[in-house]
Amino acid sequence: MPISETNSGKKVWQLRDRNQTLIRYFGYLVTVAVFMWCWKQISDSTTWYFVWDAPRIAADIGSRAMPPKWDYISELWVPIWDTLNIATLGTILALVMAVPVAFLAASNTTPSKLFVRPIALIIIVSTRSINSLIWALLLVSIIGPGVAAGLMAIAIRSIGFCAKLLYEAIEEIDTKQIEAISATGASRWQVMVYGIVPQIMPAFAGISVFRWDINIRESTVLGLVGAGGIGLQLQSSLNVLAWPQVALILLVILVAVVLGEWVSAKVRGAII
Amino acid sequence: MSDVTLDMRLGTKWRKPHFVKNPALRWGLIIGALVYLVLAVSSIEVNWARVSEGLIRGWNFIIAFASPDFTSRGTDIQEGLIESVIMTITSTIVGIAISIPIGLGAARNIAPLPIYMICRGIVALSRALNEIIVAILMVAIFGFGPLAGFITLSFATIGFLAKLMAEDIEDMDRVQAEAIRSTGSSWLQWIDYGVLPQVLPRLVGLSMYRLDINFRESAVLGLVGAGGIGATLNTAFDRYEFDTAAAILLIIIVTVMCLEYLSGIIRRKVQ
Repeated sequence: MPISETNSGKKVWQLRDRNQTLIRYFGYLVTVAVFMWCWKQISDSTTWYFVWDAPRIAADIGSRAMPPKWDYISELWVPIWDTLNIATLGTILALVMAVPVAFLAASNTTPSKLFVRPIALIIIVSTRSINSLIWALLLVSIIGPGVAAGLMAIAIRSIGFCAKLLYEAIEEIDTKQIEAISATGASRWQVMVYGIVPQIMPAFAGISVFRWDINIRESTVLGLVGAGGIGLQLQSSLNVLAWPQVALILLVILVAVVLGEWVSAKVRGAII
Repeated sequence: MSDVTLDMRLGTKWRKPHFVKNPALRWGLIIGALVYLVLAVSSIEVNWARVSEGLIRGWNFIIAFASPDFTSRGTDIQEGLIESVIMTITSTIVGIAISIPIGLGAARNIAPLPIYMICRGIVALSRALNEIIVAILMVAIFGFGPLAGFITLSFATIGFLAKLMAEDIEDMDRVQAEAIRSTGSSWLQWIDYGVLPQVLPRLVGLSMYRLDINFRESAVLGLVGAGGIGATLNTAFDRYEFDTAAAILLIIIVTVMCLEYLSGIIRRKVQ
């Protein structure tokens, strides 16, 4: 137990001994040094004149944006519908692709640990590590701008996320139920349908609603790179500096995100 | 007696129980989902001529992954990557530093109601706004460059870390905290010895995870002019330089994989 002595020879308990404290302080020192160096780089590439001017600019933008242009909403219904479709259909498409990947990646259901599982894991990692905006950028340049590109971008991005959570759920299932089903002489497929699927169904439903919620958020900005949805309107309003329209669009996005989170919390509450 | 099957005893054939038990709700959900699907799919327009034209480009892109071009835009990639890393590190550090007090304030069992409401408000605002949208506003206010990206990522980090930390503090073991309090500790000592040691292991893990997320996000902030490798990537796509784009994407994937591996090791050590 770390103990230090005061001048009078009295022993006092302390949280850490001297070496631990020194290591800790060294860690802080390194962190501060790295931070200061990084900050220097940021500072060098910043035009500080603009930054000092920022409060005025912010106030200026704020005063231009207020009040939001409410009648612009009539032009937003179709983009809102598109955004919802991108998120929902994207999630469905992602789940269709994620389920087989998850079964191939889970160590207790994969047909081959040596060959198939690494491939499935690579699919999971590579789709997860690239942001949906980058996928959208790529797909817009391949299949052209529009809702379809955004939908596929969301779908591809979600595969890794859903498959990862799903295969972890599959690996945690109760093996006794599987054994009970196989003891009746069930085939591989019957074990899957009657033994594994009922056990992962709640996890599956929870994951899909969770991802749908995230996808609502992500689909609102896909339009910035031309992939459809309300982001297109945001981009065009920003380009002409129509701040009252921007304010309304941001408000709509905020409401959509909050509603999405509320729905997903309700559904998850009902399932679990 | 031996040829009496389970079906005969039950009177009806055994069927798998349904996931949604209430039949009215079940059919309502199925029909509603079908109607929505038909409406949604029919509202999507696909320009098939454009797609078939683009498939060749897509194929070129896949081929480009086999021969990524790291060199011809080497300096651009290097600068963008360093800027991304710098933004990631600074915003994670600042984000953690700010989210600790906010996380303490957003825990109902520690903070008084007014502070709780303010901190929860900050967390909700930060979580509801997408990083890209914040970045657009920050670029408009602070001008182009990594400073806007740094502020955006710090703001996003606060919402993520403070929320999870507050939930963790609300679930903590009250007994330990009370033991410290009963020694006559001050409020700061109480937090330092009674509360933080309980949430610190998870906080370290989450911080590493957030570092990982911040790097991924910093790769796209460049699309709206907030610094980082996204700008280089965007240019590469605009010029159809798929080999350069493939190189950048490969760098991002490898870096994220390394970070994930590293954070896994650190998390296992602290927990």
